[in-house]
Amino acid sequence: MSASLIDRGAAAIAAAVQAGESTPAAVWTEAVGRLDASHAGPDGINAVVHRASLPATSASTGALAGVPVAIKDNLATFDLPTTCGSRILEGWVSPYEATAVRRLREAGALVVGKANMDEFAMGSSTEHSCYGPTRNPVDRSRAPGGSSGGSAAAVAARIAPIALGSETGGSVRQPAAFCGIVGVKPTYGRVSRHGLVAFASSLDCVAPFGRTVDDAALALEVIAGHDPLDATSSDRPVPAMRVGEGRLDGVVIGVPREYFPASLDPRVRAHCDRALDALRARGATVREVSLPHTELAIPVYYILAPAEASANLARFDGVRYGLRVPADGVQAMYGATRAAGFGPEVTRRILLGTYVLSAGFYDAYYRKAQEVRALITRDFDAVFADGVHALFTPTTPGPAFALGAISDPYEMYLSDIYTVTANLAGLPGLSLPIGRLEGLPVGGQLLAARFDEPTMFRVAYALEAALGPEAHR
Amino acid sequence: MAVTPEDVRHVAALARLTIPETQLAGYVEQLNGILGHMDALQRVASAGAAQAADDAAEGMRLRDDAPGAIALNAQPEAFAPAVRDGFFLVPRLATHEDAGEGA
Repeated sequence: MSASLIDRGAAAIAAAVQAGESTPAAVWTEAVGRLDASHAGPDGINAVVHRASLPATSASTGALAGVPVAIKDNLATFDLPTTCGSRILEGWVSPYEATAVRRLREAGALVVGKANMDEFAMGSSTEHSCYGPTRNPVDRSRAPGGSSGGSAAAVAARIAPIALGSETGGSVRQPAAFCGIVGVKPTYGRVSRHGLVAFASSLDCVAPFGRTVDDAALALEVIAGHDPLDATSSDRPVPAMRVGEGRLDGVVIGVPREYFPASLDPRVRAHCDRALDALRARGATVREVSLPHTELAIPVYYILAPAEASANLARFDGVRYGLRVPADGVQAMYGATRAAGFGPEVTRRILLGTYVLSAGFYDAYYRKAQEVRALITRDFDAVFADGVHALFTPTTPGPAFALGAISDPYEMYLSDIYTVTANLAGLPGLSLPIGRLEGLPVGGQLLAARFDEPTMFRVAYALEAALGPEAHR
Repeated sequence: MAVTPEDVRHVAALARLTIPETQLAGYVEQLNGILGHMDALQRVASAGAAQAADDAAEGMRLRDDAPGAIALNAQPEAFAPAVRDGFFLVPRLATHEDAGEGA
């Protein structure tokens, strides 16, 4: 096998394996070698926290034949622990497998391991994990973003061309931006959530990373589609995502002014301007638009997501899963187990979510947030109804921050400011590299109307091709 | 609507979380800090918006009320300490002592 086969992307690996020019075992050896090298030493990236073995039999057919993939630790797998980066699920192995994982395996993919994450997907830095922080492969003193930081780092370290993460408020697009790769949040309902440990069920999506737009599109094609095991999964046909690069004549790109405030780092703005120029050069029309309720997205998200989490995480009580701390009586056992099993960020969000749902505060917080969520959704609907095909924004206000640099919870929440809106509105979104700032990747975000991933990918392929190596400078 | 230590104790009890007294003040401060940012929502006229969105939504799809086919890596019997006639047997609950023959 060529030493660079993994670097040529998922489709090239599958083609080589299908043609008999390589074997799953040979690709596996290369992936494991990279995993070992990147995880060695005190500054190892700590991206993969449960390592897999090469399956006894590996298909040499399928769209992902022989393709190494990393799976976020909140997606259920038969053969590896599923712990959500939490002590409370330490050692727990699921008796069933997530639909998205099953579809990857059926397409021939090789799961190399489970990837580190912020505990129960609550975080934006992958520092809140019982396994310790993941380091950004681009600069190991920096956070990889989160909560799917382990999956992003595995792709950025070229262990695998594809990884699965999950999105509740930007947990794939933000780490993709920080690590200089591609992250895709599908439309809510496009990919089954069966086997994804629930955080906030009205927002959660299984979401792929790719080193390139084509890797990510291929992964989404494989995992998308209706699943009777998820009542919120859409039965709409899955269109082709691998639309390839081409001209953008007739495509209208909206630039929402609320995502480009005066406080935005001018260097991030300059990278965005360069990307917009590249889209114009491909034939697109660029138009300023307004999404007036954008500034309210973070308050809405940090009411609704903790509220849903406080209900979803009630099941982790020492009875059904993982950790149990013995105490005098069942109520004391519940309290002691949950106190010992959950870390401080999860505890904080459970308290917050329980508070906003409690008697006397429900209308002021939860109901109000649901109403404003509807207004945010309406803003997007109006823009797309007015002839805009896709929106372009920065993915994050700035590049990867240093590990340990942010201790204030709300300041950390603000790193999701440009990504949470797509989750609240159920839209597809994609982050791709558009340049570097002092050596650190900067991501550009594309958003499209619900179930219009093909348009989003059409713009993404064109932008990636137009920027070329500039996307990594 | 400032959060008090008593509020944190109350929601911690609702959430079945044992919060040590030494950590209480920290959570009070953090929740007040976070909720202070939520006050911006109160300035927005939004009445009825959520209902309109619900009315326009596609809604949850129904499926046949039939047993699902979730592939398991073990037989269901493996998930319970004892099984009889396809049912999981559980220890008799103290409050049900008069309810008849138990497991």
